[in-house]
Amino acid sequence: MATAEARVHGSPGAEAKSGGTYAGGIWSWITTVDHKRIGILYFVSSLAFFLIGGIEAMLIRLQLAGPENTLLSAQAYNQIFTMHGVTMLLFAVMPMSAAFFNFIVPLQIGARDVAFPRLNAFSYWLFLFGALFLNSSFFLGGAPDVGWFAYANLTSSQFSPGHGVDFYILGLALAGAGSIVAALNFIVTIINLRAPGMTFMRLPLFTWMTFVVSFLIILAFPPFTISTVFLLFDRMFGTLFFEPAGGGDPRLWQHLFWIFGHPEVYILILPAFGIISDVIPTFSRKPLFGYPVVVYSGVLIAFLGFGVWAHHMFSVGLGPVANSAFSGLTMLIAIPTGVKIFNWIATMWGGSLRFRTAMLFSIGLVAMFVIGGLSGVMHSSAPADLQQTDTYFVVAHFHYVLFGGSILGLFAGVYYWFPKVTGRFLNERLGAVHFWGMFLGLNLTFFPMHFAGLHGQPRRTFTYPAGLGFEGFNLVSTIGAVITFLAVLVFLVNLVRSLRTAATAGANPWEASTLEWSIGSPPPPHNFDHTPGVTSRDPLWHDGIAPPPPGEEEFHMPNPSFWPLVVAGGLLLIMAGALVGLPLVLFGVAVTLVGIYGWSFEPIH
Amino acid sequence: MERTSTSIPNEKMLMWTFIGSECMLFGSLIATFLVYRDQSIVGPYEEELLNIPFITVTTFVLLMSSLMMVLALSAVQRGDRRGSRLFLLLTAILGLIFLGGQFYEFSHFAHEGLGLSRNLFAGTFYLTTGFHGAHVAVGVIWLLTLWTLALRGRLGPEKSVTVEVAGLYWHFVDVVWIVLFTVIYLMSGATGA
Repeated sequence: MATAEARVHGSPGAEAKSGGTYAGGIWSWITTVDHKRIGILYFVSSLAFFLIGGIEAMLIRLQLAGPENTLLSAQAYNQIFTMHGVTMLLFAVMPMSAAFFNFIVPLQIGARDVAFPRLNAFSYWLFLFGALFLNSSFFLGGAPDVGWFAYANLTSSQFSPGHGVDFYILGLALAGAGSIVAALNFIVTIINLRAPGMTFMRLPLFTWMTFVVSFLIILAFPPFTISTVFLLFDRMFGTLFFEPAGGGDPRLWQHLFWIFGHPEVYILILPAFGIISDVIPTFSRKPLFGYPVVVYSGVLIAFLGFGVWAHHMFSVGLGPVANSAFSGLTMLIAIPTGVKIFNWIATMWGGSLRFRTAMLFSIGLVAMFVIGGLSGVMHSSAPADLQQTDTYFVVAHFHYVLFGGSILGLFAGVYYWFPKVTGRFLNERLGAVHFWGMFLGLNLTFFPMHFAGLHGQPRRTFTYPAGLGFEGFNLVSTIGAVITFLAVLVFLVNLVRSLRTAATAGANPWEASTLEWSIGSPPPPHNFDHTPGVTSRDPLWHDGIAPPPPGEEEFHMPNPSFWPLVVAGGLLLIMAGALVGLPLVLFGVAVTLVGIYGWSFEPIH
Repeated sequence: MERTSTSIPNEKMLMWTFIGSECMLFGSLIATFLVYRDQSIVGPYEEELLNIPFITVTTFVLLMSSLMMVLALSAVQRGDRRGSRLFLLLTAILGLIFLGGQFYEFSHFAHEGLGLSRNLFAGTFYLTTGFHGAHVAVGVIWLLTLWTLALRGRLGPEKSVTVEVAGLYWHFVDVVWIVLFTVIYLMSGATGA
């Protein structure tokens, strides 16, 4: 208490000059509860997993470059495409979104941290441990090879006797718990820690979408948790949940999985929508067109997202009534999504556009998401979907929305907020090379997949025979993947080089309108010397920050803590123990309990 | 108390949002239980096993624990140290009695031949009520921790939000049981003991 307070009260702003926000050795990062540092931890980890997932993608594309290729065995291919999906969705895109939630949201609402700083560190460790645990399966008897959706009863102990599926269940239990805890934290933070005058209809769009996504996470993950618990019991204790011989129904898994899985795709895309809804107005020098409509559209997308899961199951045969209902609801989602597209275009219309790299990625998202959205509407129709399902057409569709949407949006955020996080600029020239390389690469990779799919090339198959007309499309896809990979390398070079430049960004290099740009870059540990009073939706454009009251403001910064790491470590031991033996489980329980009590009785300030 | 935009304490709002998430957890369990009702292909079947009068008694015990929880919170808020200690302990004890009843029920069912992997009823019943029982157990540990604090005189009115949050959790777990009691027992077609 004494040290943190004294430092803050001694000379607010001094730390910013000395780079004190990130000062300290590795222990200070392990025990940190500062939302900015945790955001950076999330970013670095998610970038590493993005590269791992990217290498897996390269292996897939190299294997499929020509017919009858033997680079990967069928067994290895199944593991690689499963882990590519899981890694990209849950260990790359979600945590990179979480990196921005962490770093940016408290700044955008004028808060000094999240509502529960230690819980925030705990979420990070759970994500990291879950991701490492699942990836360790590559070296411990084989990764899961059942697809990221892990359909029953391929996952039964009869058909998947190895430990790959167990790693999937236990690793995702950790990472999923981390996501839920983080989402609970952000809901409370956004509702309760807004600066005076920061009403809901003045929240920046990125904060709004964080809020919406947090609700999706806390409501969508529990059904998945339950279905994996069922699966774990089926595999370990012989229950019959997905066992047809005992009266169980494998379709139960599909329902529970997609009740999670479909909201999950909005968990992946809405943060990107939020990012570009902040970036496009900044580089158009215009307020977001139709702010309330963009907000309501985001909420509506999330709401409808819970009612469309069975469009992943049209080929199961749920009957015409169910299929029609789910078709109709799926088509409805195109409306709020289309509304957002038009709002972004209208924001740019008549604006004084500056094509900085962040803006290029944002416009790229708008264009690419339209393509992915259109093919999405195509297979919302059940009869059309029956032709497309399980073919490369579907792979093309969801990569246009996930790569063309989420990934481009996240890179827009990286280029936009990098000066805020580090005080330095990413190189714009390399940024342009990165963008155009990625834009070209992703279109070369994924556009031919539409044709390959309509020609009948099946998904999740490790090779194809010559003479079916797939060769040309696949070769082009592989060339595109190589170009994309090179573009990512350009980004890494840019990242490393830029970190060595001088910190010249200043508080508001893009002349943006939201609160995070009102403070230094990087922000001081306590963010705001005075809690800002907000009087406008675009406070920095409209003189919308009330002058601070006289005198110094009382506040306490939370102490660092290692207990979140202890509790997360205990849970990791429990998961490992499920595969190793009961003693390790009990040891894990003991560590967890010690951690929880240490945490509960530790002074916060 | 820190300033919050809504004047609602952060801890309390966290618990409410957590309860929202928990609804989906128990909702998935209950939905599965209903989908698999009467789908077991070997016995023993639920209508042969479920003992509604017995569970009615333990249900009543759990409901009374919620009453004790209300009294405990009220005592903490008033600064009534003796009442705080008494009612927190009573809440925990009634929760423990409920858990004892569940333990008796599980072992009785196992004795009757309902192993975990026996049929679909076994899996859905044990997991659904087991998940709930685990929540009760966590609640009991939490309450006993608060009781220990009360014994050491560290649970004054300034800590009432802590007790209120624990109470929210406890009442939620109780409400879930009302639903489980209705869905699993009252709707089972079992005729009684």
